[in-house]
Amino acid sequence: MNTNQTCHRGRIALLFVLSSVITAVLLGRLFFLMIYRADHYSAMAEDLHQRERTIKAARGRIIDATGTVIATNRTVCTISVIHNQITDPDQVVEVLCRYLDISEETVRKKVEKYSSREIISTNVDKEIGDAIRDQGLAGVKVDEDYKRYYPYDSLASKVLGFTGGDNQGIIGLEVKYEEYLKGKNGLILTMTDARGVELENAAEDRVEPVAGNDLYISLDRNIQAYCQQAAYQVMEKKNAKRVSIIVMNPQNGEIMAMVNVPEFNLNDPFTPGQNLVSESARQEEFEAEQAAAGKGAAGKQDLLNQMWRNTCINDTYEPGSTFKIITAAAGLEAKAVDLDDRFSCPGFRIVEDRKIRCHKVGGHGGENFLQGMMNSCNPVLIDVGQRLGIEQYYAYFEKLGLKGKTGIDLPGEAATIMHKKENMGQVELATVSFGQSFQITPVQLIATVSAVINGGTRVTPHFGVKVVSSDGENVHTFSYPVEENVLSEETSQTMRYILEQVVAEGSGKKASLPGYRIGGKTATSEKLPRSLKKYISSFIGFAPANDPKVIALITIDEPEGIYYGGTIAAPVIADIFKNILPYLEIEPAVEESTGAFRIYS
Amino acid sequence: MAERQEHQGKKKKAKVRRFYDYSLVFTIIFLILFGLVMIYSSSSYSAQLTYDGDSFHFVRRQGLIALGSLAVMIAISKMDYHFFARFARFSYILSYILMFLVMTIGKTINGQKRWLGVGNMTIQPTEFVKIALILYLSAIIVKMGKRVNKKEGLWAIAIRTFPIGAIVAVNNLSSGLIIMGIGFVMAFVASKRKAPFLACAGLVLAAYFTAGPIVEFIYSKNPDIGYRLSRILVWRDPEAFATGSGYQVLQGLYAIGSGGLWGKGLGESVQKLGFLPEAENDMIFSVICEELGLFGAVSIILVFLFMIYRFMVIANNAPDLFGAMLVVGVMGHIAIQVILNIAVVTNTIPNTGITLPFISYGGTSVLFLMAEMGMVLSVSNQIKLEK
Repeated sequence: MNTNQTCHRGRIALLFVLSSVITAVLLGRLFFLMIYRADHYSAMAEDLHQRERTIKAARGRIIDATGTVIATNRTVCTISVIHNQITDPDQVVEVLCRYLDISEETVRKKVEKYSSREIISTNVDKEIGDAIRDQGLAGVKVDEDYKRYYPYDSLASKVLGFTGGDNQGIIGLEVKYEEYLKGKNGLILTMTDARGVELENAAEDRVEPVAGNDLYISLDRNIQAYCQQAAYQVMEKKNAKRVSIIVMNPQNGEIMAMVNVPEFNLNDPFTPGQNLVSESARQEEFEAEQAAAGKGAAGKQDLLNQMWRNTCINDTYEPGSTFKIITAAAGLEAKAVDLDDRFSCPGFRIVEDRKIRCHKVGGHGGENFLQGMMNSCNPVLIDVGQRLGIEQYYAYFEKLGLKGKTGIDLPGEAATIMHKKENMGQVELATVSFGQSFQITPVQLIATVSAVINGGTRVTPHFGVKVVSSDGENVHTFSYPVEENVLSEETSQTMRYILEQVVAEGSGKKASLPGYRIGGKTATSEKLPRSLKKYISSFIGFAPANDPKVIALITIDEPEGIYYGGTIAAPVIADIFKNILPYLEIEPAVEESTGAFRIYS
Repeated sequence: MAERQEHQGKKKKAKVRRFYDYSLVFTIIFLILFGLVMIYSSSSYSAQLTYDGDSFHFVRRQGLIALGSLAVMIAISKMDYHFFARFARFSYILSYILMFLVMTIGKTINGQKRWLGVGNMTIQPTEFVKIALILYLSAIIVKMGKRVNKKEGLWAIAIRTFPIGAIVAVNNLSSGLIIMGIGFVMAFVASKRKAPFLACAGLVLAAYFTAGPIVEFIYSKNPDIGYRLSRILVWRDPEAFATGSGYQVLQGLYAIGSGGLWGKGLGESVQKLGFLPEAENDMIFSVICEELGLFGAVSIILVFLFMIYRFMVIANNAPDLFGAMLVVGVMGHIAIQVILNIAVVTNTIPNTGITLPFISYGGTSVLFLMAEMGMVLSVSNQIKLEK
C-alpha cells in the first residue's frame, strides 16, 4: 500500500491556496458588479421590468355661443381577457357572446389563446361594460376610456373637425386648439414579469391625468343649423356640387356660422360620400371613387381628404363682382371717383388690344358711379381701376390685407393667388378691378368686405373666444390682431350707402327684407376654363346697412339652370337674415322709412 | 500524523476511534437545504406556469432525490473505500459505454443530447463519468507508484483522461473541461514534476487573455464564425448581443447588479419572473446575488471554500495514497465546478452551461455528488484517531 507522502500534502495545500486565490478574484469581480455596476444594471433591469400604463385625460369640450356643448366625450369600455387569470373559460365565452354580440367562435379563439392580454372588443357602451363587470368573471378586464362624441353629428363638421384613435385632433378646431383641449395623460408605472403581467404588492407610481380645457367658440349652433338647412336646400334645388355659407360679426370677426355642404358625420368621419343631396355631387363622388379605386389606401385617403375640405378657407376662387366692392372702396378712398361721376357702358371696354365685355351685352348706356355699382357694370369698375393705376391699386390691395392670409383659427388656410406687381399690365388691372384673373378664399373676401363696411378696421375672422380649465378656475381669453384705419370712416359710410342701394334697387334686390336695411353685392364667377360654362354664384350681404352687426357670404358651386348670384344666392341670404336678425335681437329699425320710400317711389 | 492531531482535537470526545468528518456532513446538508430554498424561490414562478399551478414541482422532485442521495451518501461513507477500487476499471469502461449510448440513443433536451433514460426517468451519464474517472485515476496512480514522477506516468494519466473528456465535450463542453480538470489536478498532486503543469497553466492563462482579441480579429475579417467562438464575442460585450446570444448573460448581470450589498430579500427577485433563463439551474447564483446581495453571495462562496478546506484536511490525513487521491479528485471536481459556475454567471469567462454543485436543480448531479461525498466521508472514516 502506497503511503500518502509529504509532497502530496504540499501540493494539496497548494491546490487549496490556488482555489482560494481564484475565488478571491471572483469575489473581487462580484464586488465590482454588485457595488460599482449596481446602478447601471439595476437601472437597466428596472427599465425592463417597468410597464407604463397611461390613464387617458378627458379632452376638453367645445361649447358654442349659446352655451351648448357641441363636442364632448363619451365613456366607452374596452373588454379584454387575460388568459392566465381565467378560471371558467366556458362561462367567460358564454357571457361575452351574450353581451357583445360577437360569434362564439371568435370569442373562444381569443379566450383560449395563450397571450398576456387579448382585446375582445373596443368602444363598447358604458352600460354594457358595467354589466359585464358586474358579472365578476375572473380574467375579464373592463377598462374605461374616453371617446370623442359630437351630439349634433354633422353640424359644422368641417369647422369642428374630429379626433383620431389617440383622441388627437385630425382636422378643424380640434387640431388648432389641440394643446388646450388635449389635457395631460396620467401614468401608472407598474412592475411586471416577463410576460407583462403586473406584480402584486409591487409599489405603484401614479401620476394623475389633467383634463383638457373647454373651448368656447363664437359659432352659434342655431344659426349654423339654419344656414346648413338653407345650404342643403339650394344645393338640392340648383343641383349644385357644393354650397358654403359664412355668417360673421363684421365688427370683431367672430364667426357665427360656417357651413360647407355636403357636411359629414363627425361620429363617422371615415365613410366617404356622405350627404350628397344633389345629383351632380353624387356624380362627382362617383368619378372620384372610380379614380381612387385603383390606388388602394391612398385613394381612399384622397376621397376622405376631399370630403373633409373646408371650402371657405382651404380653397380659393375668383370672387367676381363681389370684389367690385374693393375696387369701389379703393377708388373712393383715393378720390379717383365720386358717386356722381358719369360713365358710359357700350357693353364692353377695350383695354390695350382686348375687348372686355360687360355682362349686359347691349351695355348699360350712360350711368353715374352709384348706378354703375347697382348695375354691377364691368366697364365702370374697369375705368375706376384705370384711374387708380397699377401702382395705387396694388397698394390698396395690400393695405386691405388681401395679399396675405386672414389668420383665421383653422388649419390649412389657402393664400391669395395674385399677379405679381411687375407682371401686371392694364389688361390684368382691368380684370382684377371686377374680380377676375386672381383668386382668394371666401373667408378672405368676407374679412376684407367687413373692413370696408365697418369703418375701415381689418379684423381677424375667428371662432375661438376663450378656454376654461376643467375646474373652471383658469380662463384664457383669446385676442386677435386688429388693424385700424385701413380705410377712412367716410369711404366706409359711402360704401355702406352704395351697397344698401345695390340691394334696395340694384342687382341685389332679391336680398331685400322688409323692415331691415340690408347692404350687399352679388357675383356670378365663371369657373376656369371659361369654355365649360360652369359658375360660382355668390352673394355677400350685411345688416343693418347703416351699422353692420352681421355679414354673410354664400357661394354656390356649379348651380344648374339659372345661375345668376342675384337670382339664386341673394334670396338665400335674405331668408337667413329674416330668421337670424330677430334671433340676434337686431330690431327692424327702419320700418317706416322703407315704407315711406316705397310709397314715394 | 501526530502533529496533525490538533485539527481533530475537538473530536476527541468521540468514543469511536475512527474519525468521521461531521463538519463536512453539516456543510453538505446546509448546502443541499439552502439549494432547495433557492430552487423554490427561483423556480416557483416558472413551475406554476408550466406545471398547471404547481409551484412546488421542481423543489419536490429535487427534495426527494436529495433525500435518497443522502441515504446513498451515508451508506457509501460507512463502507471501506478500498472496496471501490475493485470497480475502478469496470466503471471506467462503463463510462465509455454510457457515452456511446448517449451519442446513439440519447435524449435531446433543450437542444442538447446529454440524457439517457426512459420516460420521466432520465440521467446525465457525464455526472457518472466524473466519479468513475476519479476512482479509476486513483487506482492507476496507486498502481504506478513512483512511475508517476516520470514522463510516461503523466502520459499514462493523460491518455486515460483526454479521450473520455473529449467525448463528453462534444455534447457538453463544460463537463468535458471539468473532467480534464479533474485529471489535471490529480496528476498535479500525484506527480513531483513541475514543468508540464506550469506549461499547462501558462497555456490556459495565455488563452484567457488572448482569446478575446484573437476572436474579435477573426470576426472583423469574417463575421461567419461558429456558435462556440461567437460566445467569446458575447463574453467581451454582452450588451452588444442583448437580444440574441448575450441575453442569458446579460439577464444574469441585471440580477447580480440589482442585488446590491444586501439584496432584495429572499423571494424578491424580479429577474426570476421569466426574464432570466435557467434561473433554477445554471443561473441560480445570480438569483442568490439578487435576493441576498453581495453579503449572501460571499457567504455561500465561503461555505464552498470551507468545504474545499475540509477536503484538503481529509486528503492530507488519508491513511493511504488511494484515499488521498480519491479526495483530491473530488476536491478538484467541486473547486473547478464552483469556480467555473461563478465565473460564467459573473461573465468572467465565456458562457458555458455549468451547474452550481449542491444548489442548482438537477437530480443526476445531486445523486453523484452525494456519492462522491460518501467516498470522501468513507476516507475520513478510515482516519484513525489516537487516544
